[in-house]
Amino acid sequence: MAGNREFFNRRLHSLLGVIPIGLFLCIHLVVNHFATGGSSSFNRAANFMESLPFLHILEWILIFLPLLYHAIYGLYIAFTGTANVGRFGFFRNWMYLLQRITGVITLIFVAWHVWETRIAMAFGTALNYQMMHDILSSPFMFGFYAVGVVCAIFHFSNGLWSFMVSWGITVSPRSQVISTYVTMIIFVVLSIVGIQTLFAFV
Amino acid sequence: MAETKTVKFIITRQDSPDSAPYEEEFEVPYRPNMNVISALMEIRRNPVTTKGNKTAPITWDMNCLEEVCGACSMVINGKPRQACSALVDKLEQPIRLAPMKTFPVIRDLQIDRSRMFDSLKKVKAWIPIDGTYDLGPGPRMAETKRQWAYELSKCMTCGVCLEACPNVNSKTNFMGPFVFGQVRLFNAHPTGAMNKAERLNAFMEDGGIQGCGNSQNCVQACPKGIPLTTSIAAVNRDATIQSFKNFFGSDQI
Ligand code: SF4
Ligand code: FES
Repeated sequence: MAGNREFFNRRLHSLLGVIPIGLFLCIHLVVNHFATGGSSSFNRAANFMESLPFLHILEWILIFLPLLYHAIYGLYIAFTGTANVGRFGFFRNWMYLLQRITGVITLIFVAWHVWETRIAMAFGTALNYQMMHDILSSPFMFGFYAVGVVCAIFHFSNGLWSFMVSWGITVSPRSQVISTYVTMIIFVVLSIVGIQTLFAFV
Repeated sequence: MAETKTVKFIITRQDSPDSAPYEEEFEVPYRPNMNVISALMEIRRNPVTTKGNKTAPITWDMNCLEEVCGACSMVINGKPRQACSALVDKLEQPIRLAPMKTFPVIRDLQIDRSRMFDSLKKVKAWIPIDGTYDLGPGPRMAETKRQWAYELSKCMTCGVCLEACPNVNSKTNFMGPFVFGQVRLFNAHPTGAMNKAERLNAFMEDGGIQGCGNSQNCVQACPKGIPLTTSIAAVNRDATIQSFKNFFGSDQI
């Protein structure tokens, strides 16, 4: 099949955003929510995650490689679109633009976040409650994390909506409206989980 | 009689495909029920700007004058639409006219929509009925389906949905939203369905289906009310199934 590489790339980008990246985001948010139960509760959960067998292979196959692909191809998608909400201020057009803006912010946030936590851990800093407490006690970093977490969750939730359109799951206008509501509820609920977690660290 | 009522126009002009655009203002005597085309004809009769300079008459495209051919599309007060169905009484003044910049400008308000016709050729948006012998009558189409398909067949390749789409631009080769409606239309036709796989595979090539980013402007902008976003999702579903068939090797047609 000559010439349908672009189709394959785009569908792969869409799929990876949900499985495994979206799934990982949910697990990550839920596991970190242990922080609301105090430092030992968080450390126990983090230790469990770190003690998973084949950790490095899992991380590379389920997180880093898909994330890298999604990020790089996503940048290409974002910068080949021309935002026109000024001329066409429809709700979905705003969501289209927000999806791209939150995607870029999420990329910056995630890059920094991985550097500061996972890579620091590879260099020997212990990844525990104390580490996050130190990071988040700076008001600037707290703000940065809050924005990053909310953007990542928006990008995931709204991405779920377009995933369902792009794969032809939600075809009728009604199903697309209802999936807008459902994905926005997911956005609100996960945001509460994420922000609660951030507050638990300070 | 007191002074006559006039209509003010600010028109973006361009002398040749490569020259720089510029604006000119015109004032046209008002007539009841006039549309943008009739005002342009009035300017053509007397091509003098508000400042009193004689200028070249404005070039634009038109054909049916009843919003079925799509030729007269232009940007009117910021909105892409048909000039023939744009009534002056319903427009805020001064009325701003500009060409749809998504397309190559030939001159003034006249644009070249060939890319749309090329796209339709690429995805085989027709029903092949020619043979070396009489193929006989095709399968019948249910009346309910015919009525449903009629809505999709109203597309007049006017280009408004391309103008509204954030992904139709010089950085991509996305063919544009209208193709989804036409692929769906011809795939739904009992005879057209015989080439469904061919059509889908052509539409999955570069510049095809995947160019859509779901901003859904097209369905809001389409003057014919074509269910474009529904067609996009429906064609997406067919393409998902088609790509599985292609890869895992089930019946290709
Ligand atoms: S789908 Fe609608 S907006 Fe697009 S070309 Fe056809 S008639 Fe025009
Ligand atoms: S002249 Fe045909 S649509 Fe306006």
